[in-house]
Amino acid sequence: MPYIPHDGLETAAMLAAVGVDSLDQLFDEIPPNLQVQDMALPEGLSEMALRRELEGRALSNAPLRCFAGGGAYAHHIPAIVWEIAGRGEFYSAYTPYQPEASQGTLQVVYEYQSFITRLTGLEVSNASLYDGASGLAEACLMALRIQGGQGDDKSILVPENLLPGWRRVLDSILGLQQIRLVTVPYDRVAGTLVLPAEAGDAAALIIPQSNALGLLESVDVLTDWAHGHGLLAIAVVNPLALALLKAPGDWGTQGADMAVGEGQPLGIPLTGGGPYFGFLACRKAHVRQLPGRLVAKTVDGQGRAGFCLTLQAREQHIRRGKATSNICTNQGLMVTAATIHMATLGGHGLQRTAVLCHERAVRLRELLTVVPGVRLPYGGPFFHEFVLRLPHAAVAVRDALLGHGLLAGLPLSDWGMGEAGDLLVCATELLDEADLLAYRDALTSVLETL
Amino acid sequence: MSDSIFDHDHHFPAVELPSDIPAELLRKAPLNLPNPAELEVLRHYTRLSQKNFSIDTQFYPLGSCTMKYNPRIAHTMASLPGFARLHPDTPAPAMQGLLQVLWELQEWLAAVTGMAAVSLTPAAGAQGELAGVAMIRAYHAARGDHERRKMLIPAAAHGTNPASAQMAGFAVVEIPNLVDGDLDMAFLDQHLGPDVAGIMLTNPSTLGVFERRIADIAARVHGAGGLLYYDGANLNAILGRVQPGQMGFDVMHLNLHKTFATPHGGGGPGAGAVAVQERLRPFLPLPMVTRSEEGALRWLDEGDLPQSIGRLSAHGGNVGVLLRAHAYLRRLGRVGVGRVSAYAALNANYLLKELQRVGYQAAFPERRASHEFILTVSDLQKATGIRALDVAKRLLDFGIHAPTIYFPQLVPECLLIEPTETESKATLDRFVAVMAQIRQEALAQPELLREAPHHLPVGRLDEALAARHLDVAAAQ
Amino acid sequence: MSKIPETLRYSDTHEWVEDLGGGRYRVGITDHAQELLGDLVYVEVPDIGKAIHGGEVCGVLESVKAAADLYAPVNGTVMERHDGLGDNPQWLNEDPYGQGWIMVVEADAAAWAGLLDAAAYAKLTES
Repeated sequence: MPYIPHDGLETAAMLAAVGVDSLDQLFDEIPPNLQVQDMALPEGLSEMALRRELEGRALSNAPLRCFAGGGAYAHHIPAIVWEIAGRGEFYSAYTPYQPEASQGTLQVVYEYQSFITRLTGLEVSNASLYDGASGLAEACLMALRIQGGQGDDKSILVPENLLPGWRRVLDSILGLQQIRLVTVPYDRVAGTLVLPAEAGDAAALIIPQSNALGLLESVDVLTDWAHGHGLLAIAVVNPLALALLKAPGDWGTQGADMAVGEGQPLGIPLTGGGPYFGFLACRKAHVRQLPGRLVAKTVDGQGRAGFCLTLQAREQHIRRGKATSNICTNQGLMVTAATIHMATLGGHGLQRTAVLCHERAVRLRELLTVVPGVRLPYGGPFFHEFVLRLPHAAVAVRDALLGHGLLAGLPLSDWGMGEAGDLLVCATELLDEADLLAYRDALTSVLETL
Repeated sequence: MSDSIFDHDHHFPAVELPSDIPAELLRKAPLNLPNPAELEVLRHYTRLSQKNFSIDTQFYPLGSCTMKYNPRIAHTMASLPGFARLHPDTPAPAMQGLLQVLWELQEWLAAVTGMAAVSLTPAAGAQGELAGVAMIRAYHAARGDHERRKMLIPAAAHGTNPASAQMAGFAVVEIPNLVDGDLDMAFLDQHLGPDVAGIMLTNPSTLGVFERRIADIAARVHGAGGLLYYDGANLNAILGRVQPGQMGFDVMHLNLHKTFATPHGGGGPGAGAVAVQERLRPFLPLPMVTRSEEGALRWLDEGDLPQSIGRLSAHGGNVGVLLRAHAYLRRLGRVGVGRVSAYAALNANYLLKELQRVGYQAAFPERRASHEFILTVSDLQKATGIRALDVAKRLLDFGIHAPTIYFPQLVPECLLIEPTETESKATLDRFVAVMAQIRQEALAQPELLREAPHHLPVGRLDEALAARHLDVAAAQ
Repeated sequence: MSKIPETLRYSDTHEWVEDLGGGRYRVGITDHAQELLGDLVYVEVPDIGKAIHGGEVCGVLESVKAAADLYAPVNGTVMERHDGLGDNPQWLNEDPYGQGWIMVVEADAAAWAGLLDAAAYAKLTES
């Protein structure tokens, strides 16, 4: 019996101890008409047969060189990262509610929180949320609690060039509480945000760095505008880019109030969309409105240093309907991997990786813009993603390039943005010069034949 | 020997930042993260791992959490490069292998739950709850029934239930439980009405007993125009035997990291797939996977499901967790799934009897245990002042994880114990022997328990100090 | 057995009220309340000038393992708040009737008169 250790003698002895004749009798309090005899499930497989079936499925997903980003990025993950994160002591551990039996996980989370505060330039980081997009929804709810918005006068200023997938998550989650999302348009020529005309009754302005078009925003000006109008500034950032770019805590005169983002670039495999993790950092003054778990350093009765969950009265298991969020399970193992990833690369390695990503992207852009018919709609600075304007529909070009073993990028038309020919292209440290040249050649040949 | 990663820092020259990005957009200060050598990293985190309890090393009789064995084959399969390297925006024709897995999982979970349709996208149980109550809201709204603002929730429910209902814009009304663990029907009748959107229940309940009048409750709630939400936290108790759909539930979530053996990972990630009856299908969260008659698979989007409650994360949810759950279900198959609840119930009822035999009091002695049961140590507290917390902490000294304590709050000084089907009789017998010893210690040398644990890296921590003088990040 | 000073009045939501004269009243939580909550780590007190309403929530108390609402014992206006509790929430545990005071409110004498006396509150905590 897979994963059930009982032999016949043991089962019989246990049934006798309970005082029943059969396993079925253990369910005698459940009305018989509710008990089903059969379900439409397949027969079980041996581990060997299971492996064969799933290896076949995995192989049927085409292996592609990845030039796509849009919130999920292909990076090198050192072997040590999942070698350690996959250890049973991390992998199969429970939530660290018993601190004496969870010092490993708790210290890892404390180190993670320390790393995130240093990347973001803010004072407090929680222990993770589900992903960047749902994390942003939580950041918006947090901003509304801090600002004390009541009744109908609740809104958030949301940039039009925020990743559309993230905007849809805000619509779903914030819409449930009648929170209005007021769109801040972007300049069609520059691709970056124009200062909102008015703040209205908004609690916060979301500031993406980079935006969905890969472009860098004037974060100082935007942050100061938000603060000048009594709004909180919520930074949406790529944690790897923060090795290079100004930390949200340093934006403008006072710094952003919160930083939130998708943690996937820090050692998390792409795996078709998840599990990733959302990080959320804030000022210490706002810590009681922070959702999710938080680890603190303290001492035991003998004065030995140790770690425990803290400020749990914010959370659902204590505060129930008045909790800062309903979140319970977070993305713990992803945070363990990200912590090991950051430690392995170190501050130096993270900066080198970020610089390499940028250099690869600059080089790729240079190579692709000499392909006949290809233009660059936006000229502003960028990190590792940029938009190409192709002479044919980007969807058709992307599909044709699949045949060359390339995932060439993300057609903006899939998001309802830009023009039909716009393709968002990303380069990371994984791609070498030969990969970039191969992209150029494949694109040249596809554009000739389309 | 150092125990902080910040103590391992080797010097590297400053990295030159790109000159084509304006200086005002670049970091002002160098990135102050440590630079340890790879072997230092390896040792540091390996040593930290050894300070953890885990299923791979310890028994976790942790009620309501279903800490069963996480088969390693599931991890190996989810880590295959063909899955792990797949960008979420890969066009469907280039990811048919993954879509096939997800589609099958949708179908199998529908079969297991007796529901019409499944969306796998919620990232955890709480997000599944949010999706579920949001669908209840969308259902009533689509019928023009805008007055249903109340959600009924038993007092003994998981804290996520009221938190999720609140997040979805509902007012929460708590329903008391009776002394035998069942719901207070008179209270229910009194509060059902045109302002009630639905009720959130767990069955077996958080008290570890089956709500016997579930069909009656469903009829009353439906009669009043409300819907029934099933919290799948305790699904392991009835897996392969009773379908929530057949009990009369309209919508539910499943905790794949409990019932379907995916790892807890020290706090997550989980996966909280939702399943619904036909009338709620239009409101399911996106994306989902659909299969054409020719067998081609693709994601469903807003065009397919215009009344959907929308999206809960940027991509398709915790796909890697779904892959593991799929591998587990495929390995077990139809017969194996039925064995899960049978042996979970056998282990729980056996433990209950044995623990009673060595002197512990059951909270509901006249009731059959489901996959879990509640003990109360009120008698110890009266005799010696020893509390459930002390018993739990002393268990850690024996290399056994603490049961869930002080939940549900209804039962004073309670221990909620769930052994799961993957533990052997020998493990359970050792647990009984340890519990018997702890009981003797509680009566003879209570201070031994009050100061426990004695044999772990740290003793009881000063949690008040932690909260009053918040140190949540290493000082720079 | 928790302490219940004779000179104070009490609400059934476990706040004490001290008559300071001149229509001003000092408010805190009782010894019984702090015992139930355990180690307090935070208290959120309404701002000065804010109107509070007897029996309604006016703040929050958090301990390591619990959270509770702070109820206004009487109708009134907040005149002073004990900001020192921010850094020293342990005063709520160590000296609930002294250093652990939470706020001073201006209220009607009638409201004070309507509160429980020590004997009535003692009876309430026993049941």
